Amino acid sequence: MSTRALPFAIGSAPKRVLPGFGLSLGVSLLFISLVLLLPMTGLFGQLAGLSLAEYWAIISDGRVVASYTVTIGAAAVAALVNGAFGLLLAWVLVRYEFPGKRLLDALMDLPFALPTAVAGITLATLYSSNGWMGRLLEPLGLQVAYTWVGIALAMAFTSIPFVVRTVQPVLEDLPVEVDEAALTLGANDGTAFRRVILPHLWPALVTGTGLAFVRSLGEFGAIIFIAGNMPYETEITALMIFVRLQEYDYAGASAIASVVLFVSLALLLAINIWQGRFIKRLHGGGG
Amino acid sequence: MTLRPLFQRSLLAIALGAGLAGPVQAAERELLNSSYDIARELFSAINPEFIAHWQESQGEEVAVSQSHGGSSAQARAIMQGLRADVVTYNQVTDVQVLADEGLVAEEWQQAFDNNASPYYSTTAFLVRKDNPKGIESWDDLAREDVRLVFPNPKTSGNGRYTYLAAWGFADQHFDGDEEQIRDFMRTFLRNVTVFDTGGRGATTSFIERGLGDVLISFESEVNNIRGEYGSDDYEVIVPPISILAEFPVAVVEPNAERNGTLDLAQAYVEYLYSEEAQRTLAGFNYRVHHEAVVEEFADLFPETELLRVEDIFGGWDQAMETHFGSGGLLDQLQRR
Repeated sequence: MSTRALPFAIGSAPKRVLPGFGLSLGVSLLFISLVLLLPMTGLFGQLAGLSLAEYWAIISDGRVVASYTVTIGAAAVAALVNGAFGLLLAWVLVRYEFPGKRLLDALMDLPFALPTAVAGITLATLYSSNGWMGRLLEPLGLQVAYTWVGIALAMAFTSIPFVVRTVQPVLEDLPVEVDEAALTLGANDGTAFRRVILPHLWPALVTGTGLAFVRSLGEFGAIIFIAGNMPYETEITALMIFVRLQEYDYAGASAIASVVLFVSLALLLAINIWQGRFIKRLHGGGG
Repeated sequence: MTLRPLFQRSLLAIALGAGLAGPVQAAERELLNSSYDIARELFSAINPEFIAHWQESQGEEVAVSQSHGGSSAQARAIMQGLRADVVTYNQVTDVQVLADEGLVAEEWQQAFDNNASPYYSTTAFLVRKDNPKGIESWDDLAREDVRLVFPNPKTSGNGRYTYLAAWGFADQHFDGDEEQIRDFMRTFLRNVTVFDTGGRGATTSFIERGLGDVLISFESEVNNIRGEYGSDDYEVIVPPISILAEFPVAVVEPNAERNGTLDLAQAYVEYLYSEEAQRTLAGFNYRVHHEAVVEEFADLFPETELLRVEDIFGGWDQAMETHFGSGGLLDQLQRR
């Protein structure tokens, strides 16, 4: 009897191994409110002064719409490129031993640590027609600085750690034996990667790529120096917001910002939902 | 008998208090000048001169500190509570915004001479060595083979002056024919190769990245650049007609009152009109009003017809609304 009663006594709070749930939740909520919700409320407060028609007129202005196309297009390219190369980098960092591995691993965080404006100026210097890279690429007909390609490059630079740092731990948890088992069961390299390894990495890879995309949508400092900022061609949405602020038009700035915010939120939410279903299918669905 | 010691003691206390308060207050008096981005070097030259001047004339030691940034952002900071005593900006509108908020006297442009603008400049061109494209005036800038660099009028006061100067030129050149002016402006704007957000960014694009044939900026700025990057590599062209760029100053009265620096702030602004300060300003390639100094530096500043924003565009408020506001003329000219 007593041996059966014991689990019930503990079972009343099965998941609380450490004490202080009330305090920690309270602090978390306070932190979220101050850092996240309060500024968001401020943003929507600014919007309150606009009528729906005004709001629509601001966010559907031709030049602003052109900036969405530029921003979303470049961010998508940057995210996909980062998805591919971030996976490769994570793979190299986890599965191989080579001299300088720790250094490469540390370098991965550089885009986070570097002020983005510094990154932008450095990239513009490198890729302008008299820079080291620009001098090589221009004769080949590839102009990077002050074009759409430059914007994607700056976005890719600032967001690559998102992919690497989300995929890396998952890959670390996946033992090499899994690959070996697949190979001994007759799969070739390609099949083993596609059918065995990739399904495990998918959720992390998609999350990382999604985060990289969302991060790129809002990037300003790094892009502004390499974009050229020509109307309809290389103007990013963050610049449109900045211009409205310069005009003391806080409502207009908030309206455009809200579009970016909604796109980001919708994407992150979609990824979360998809991920939940994917994991359920992976672990539960197959029986 | 009983009153006397009390009286003496209170006198002593007052004397002590005053004695204590006096020097402490004197050492504490500090002036904050909120200024535009590229004025760093200028005010680090002027401030020590003012401090010495104040020490000499008033026998009080004061400190002057500076805050620099894009002047719209600077004005926003004051509106949001930065307690600057004095503003020295490069755009009339940014002082006007403060006046509209009641932070600066309504009649601030009458408070000091020359529209409260102790110095002025105009928009000029910097071209590469020997002027290979033969740039002389604004109509050369609308040629097919000329590429321009100047900051975005949407984000930079400097860029707005460039835009208005070009418009003012076209207005004269085409005798006010709106259709022709717009055509000229469209070509002019299409010749821009990169739109940086500020003046210094445009300078970097032109000098370091080698973009464009002509950099358009304040005369003071292009002269400073030429001085800094080598007078052999670049030439300054002052077009025969250009725009008057005023550098408005004002005392932020509510702040100065609260900081107890009203007299100091007033004196600081007045000092900018003194011969000494005007000479320093001219040394930084700004045009000044003081006659002796003007004569002294006559060679540096070629005579040119300077258009006034008030005369051609009906004032800054009007210009901002018709040209630079959302959906304004600039937006229309750039529309595809």
